[in-house]
Amino acid sequence: MKRNGIFFWIGATLFLAAALLMTQVIGNQYPFFACYVILQFIVLAVAWSILGGYAGYVNFGTSAFFGMGVYTAVFLLKAFDAPLAAQIAAAAAVGALMGFALGLLTLRMQGIFFSIATIAATIVIETSITNWRYVGGSAGIQLQRPMVTEPFNNYVQMLFFIQALLVVLAVAISRYIQNSWIGRGLQAIKDDELAAECTGVPTLRLKLLACVISGALMCAAGAPAAMYLQYADPSSAFNLNYSVSVLAMSLIGGTAHWAGPVVGAILLGATQQLLTVTISSEVNVLVLGVMLVLFVVAAPEGIIGLIRRVLRNRSEGKE
Amino acid sequence: MTAPETQAPLLRVAALTKRFGGFTALDNVSVEIRPGERFGLIGPNGSGKTTLINCISGAFRTETGTVVFREEDITRLQPHVRTRRGIARSFQIPRPFKSMTVAENLLVALDFASVGGDFILAAQRRDTVMSILTQMGLASKADVSATRLSQVELRKMELARAMATHPKLLISDEAMAGLSSSEVDEVLDLLMSLASRDITIIMIEHIMQAVMRFSDRVMCLDAGRIIAIGTPSEVMANQRVQEAYLGT
Ligand SMILES: Nc1ncnc2c1ncn2[C@@H]1O[C@H](COP(=O)(O)OP(=O)(O)OP(=O)(O)O)[C@@H](O)[C@H]1O
Ligand SMILES: [Mg+2]
Repeated sequence: MKRNGIFFWIGATLFLAAALLMTQVIGNQYPFFACYVILQFIVLAVAWSILGGYAGYVNFGTSAFFGMGVYTAVFLLKAFDAPLAAQIAAAAAVGALMGFALGLLTLRMQGIFFSIATIAATIVIETSITNWRYVGGSAGIQLQRPMVTEPFNNYVQMLFFIQALLVVLAVAISRYIQNSWIGRGLQAIKDDELAAECTGVPTLRLKLLACVISGALMCAAGAPAAMYLQYADPSSAFNLNYSVSVLAMSLIGGTAHWAGPVVGAILLGATQQLLTVTISSEVNVLVLGVMLVLFVVAAPEGIIGLIRRVLRNRSEGKE
Repeated sequence: MTAPETQAPLLRVAALTKRFGGFTALDNVSVEIRPGERFGLIGPNGSGKTTLINCISGAFRTETGTVVFREEDITRLQPHVRTRRGIARSFQIPRPFKSMTVAENLLVALDFASVGGDFILAAQRRDTVMSILTQMGLASKADVSATRLSQVELRKMELARAMATHPKLLISDEAMAGLSSSEVDEVLDLLMSLASRDITIIMIEHIMQAVMRFSDRVMCLDAGRIIAIGTPSEVMANQRVQEAYLGT
């Protein structure tokens, strides 16, 4: 393994150890409630960037995947009283299938048409769930948390740790893709699809693969949300806010490197949490919009792009 | 040479027609390219040269006609499959992967077009890339962003990227357009050096001296039809070719 790889896994282990330690020493519930949401956004943004960033196919359907994750969990809970791990695994499988189906239907379209198709798909899926009585229909459904498992003494702490595991999984996958032939192929697709195809890149198959992986991770990230809120209803599970926030986080962080969406999600996620507590959740949307405009104008490559430019200038200055 | 004269053609285009709406860009074109041949393709602007290349490389679907490559019907194959079968091309307007360095542009080809690409070690891949770039005179630009190349370097990079797919047929679409005369010679020498018994080249070009020097055979298109095919001097002497070029 390369040195980079060793550092990465040491970092990931330290991150998980810190998360576990937090659950053992912090008694107050609020930090876990808040950090859970940020972790969830990291998974979503990292997953989104696999298709939206590396391949440049902007997916407005994040909320469709997230919502399907929530409802996969709801269904499994109600029908089989399934454990959390099974809910997440099943959600990942559903997300992969959904990514495959959506990809087959839409990835032949390029640019804005793909984006519009993902919005349409979101509406169709939300409508279907709204009309499905078994999982509560439009009124939503109350859920009962089971007993928490050791070593956690509180369910939210456990969910927090599980979401931290998903973060490591998502980042590891995204990082692997970026450094492998898959990432190079997706980058070629983003740069010039015809040239990529004529250089031997199986563009449709590669886009499908990205869509499947991205979908599986986004759906998996949604599954624990059912237990987190102890409640699910279609209009919040499929809230367009997820799509917009995740897009903003990825673009603001920068999509050329796996760390971009992580940075973006932490920055925006934390800001949103702060604003919701101190002012109101409406201000969130405004702040999001303003930040997005600022970045699109001043730093179209995101924070990662800014850092790279600074580094490059410095190394050129030395020569 | 013991090879019989009846050697199968490398590429056979048969009765190919391509329409854009009501406009016929290629009209019943049939041609055979022999293995190892240096084939020049000429014709006035808009005569269908690039369209023919697009049909051979798979960028365009065709209505009627077939394309047979190494005795396999490839008419319905996607472009990336054709690339893997051994057809590589450059683009008339260069289409580099702009977010990548020159070496990375070639790595795309190594990763996806050459057989067993995944299993080649990183160091070996770098060697392969560097040897192709050296051959093209681009070695010093290996780690430069593709956006920082000059026109002639871009053209060379397109050819280098095509070469990195290990083609049996290399199609060069006006790689010399807009270059200075010394640069034209450079690129022409390059194409001459690439041509071999294993690499057949189709060269589209407007610069006549280049076509004459390069080609074993020349074909001239006009308004989507073949008006002449033969040795360079035969084609240049052809009345209809002269009319097509000098205007009526
Ligand atoms: N995608 C397309 N859609 C519609 N018409 C097209 C398309 N591509 C080419 N054409 C038309 O087909 C005709 C042949 O074009 P083509 O590009 O093959 O010419 P060419 O011989 O390569 O010319 P040039 O020397 O200018 O490159 C032109 O009239 C062009 O306008
Ligand atoms: Mg042309």
